[in-house]
Amino acid sequence: MNIDFTHRQSAHCESGVTANLFLHHGIEMSEAMAFGIGAGLFFGYLPFVRINGLPLVTFRSAPGAIFKRVAKRLGVEVVRQKFRDPDKSMDALDLALQQQIPVGLQTGVFWLPYFPPALRFHFNAHNLVVCGREGGDYRISDPVIDEKVLCPREDLLRARFAKGALAPKGAMYYLKDVPAQIDLRPAIKAGIREVSRRMVKAPVSIIGVRGMRYLAGQLERWPQKLGPKRAGQYLGHLIRMQEEIGTGGGGFRFVYAAFLQEAANLLQQPRLAELSGELTDIGDHWREFALFAARRCKGRGEEETSYPRLASILRDCADREEKLFRALLGEV
Amino acid sequence: MKHEDVPQDKAILGQWHEICYALDPDGCYVLAPSAGWDPSNVANLQAWEVIVEEVAWAIEAVRVGEASPLAFHMARCQMDAGLLSSYTQLARWRVKRHLRPEVYRRLKPELRERYARVFGVAAEKLDCIPAKPEFPVVLDVDEEGRNL
Repeated sequence: MNIDFTHRQSAHCESGVTANLFLHHGIEMSEAMAFGIGAGLFFGYLPFVRINGLPLVTFRSAPGAIFKRVAKRLGVEVVRQKFRDPDKSMDALDLALQQQIPVGLQTGVFWLPYFPPALRFHFNAHNLVVCGREGGDYRISDPVIDEKVLCPREDLLRARFAKGALAPKGAMYYLKDVPAQIDLRPAIKAGIREVSRRMVKAPVSIIGVRGMRYLAGQLERWPQKLGPKRAGQYLGHLIRMQEEIGTGGGGFRFVYAAFLQEAANLLQQPRLAELSGELTDIGDHWREFALFAARRCKGRGEEETSYPRLASILRDCADREEKLFRALLGEV
Repeated sequence: MKHEDVPQDKAILGQWHEICYALDPDGCYVLAPSAGWDPSNVANLQAWEVIVEEVAWAIEAVRVGEASPLAFHMARCQMDAGLLSSYTQLARWRVKRHLRPEVYRRLKPELRERYARVFGVAAEKLDCIPAKPEFPVVLDVDEEGRNL
């Protein structure tokens, strides 16, 4: 039993799942559009939250938020369930598939057999779509993988009930009652407003552009505070959060620039296209940061990869993003 | 990022690709598959080095009799006692006790079975510990021909 579901590979799992599910229900939507309407862009540096002993840095909003916001802003009803009993969760999945409904799942990546082994860490906020069942295997459209894959029931069950931080508890979701016609424009504006406010008007100093400056200040002190080896691990962790599979490059800045480009066309506001160009440049600057930081990790380069130099790149990004998001607030 | 600059540094994704957003010659965004990028490969391998160190340490501890084989499997599965206790649904202090070799030797078959299921090995294979850590990643990517 397979549902005729179009698999489009995307940069980020949640925006990819959202866009693909909407497309299945007849609403043409790109991943970048889902990411923008869902206000996916973020920056936060939360050193008191530790992941494997490393400080939490994030370039995206909380898991689940993108899908929730897109559905809400477009007035679509969503069914979302969590489970205590693994068998019941699989029964519910089978039932939905029998009704030809593609189902979004939150899973851990550690137990997914098709996932690249080098990326199998205990990360529990992955999203994928189940779009069929073939005997004991499920047909999966995982948006960060090139094509649809098969996953044995046993492994999928483990992934759905992965433990630890952000444990999915079998969470599944699907769309219900999708209107035939949807006007994206108000939702686009609402999405831009939310992200811009968060980036420049957050009331705490660890979020948005202030968070970037805070990180820059901390980063300068890492070598003295932690010693070269541990400081290198902190840097490596930053690079992974910014560049590892699922960001589209430059800590989601390129995905958001693509969204602004699309928004400029839909809203007939050429200024948004200009700002998209500026964000692309900022994204390139983030890439430069990752490149130099990686050289630092490898102990290469002297001047251009020193910690103060890396911090100054971050401050540059913060200054430019502050201008950009203030300009965006003026546009919508 | 321009389309022709999308990196193709194969190292950790195997047969798969990741999507990069890049500009085509007309300045329009397109989705471009990338085989990987060296800076993020370096960061990934660095994360594995930490795991490999922990596994090597656990293997040694099991060998000299300071820890039970569970310590090795725990490190191999990137777990700590807290996460292992969530997976086995045993209290954390019990998991910690089972990490001691003398307690582990007297472990009931049901409990051995429970641990084996979590670690994805057969119960009778729990005590098979390799001589050194094995990992899915090559740890030295940028020896030759890489311009990081």
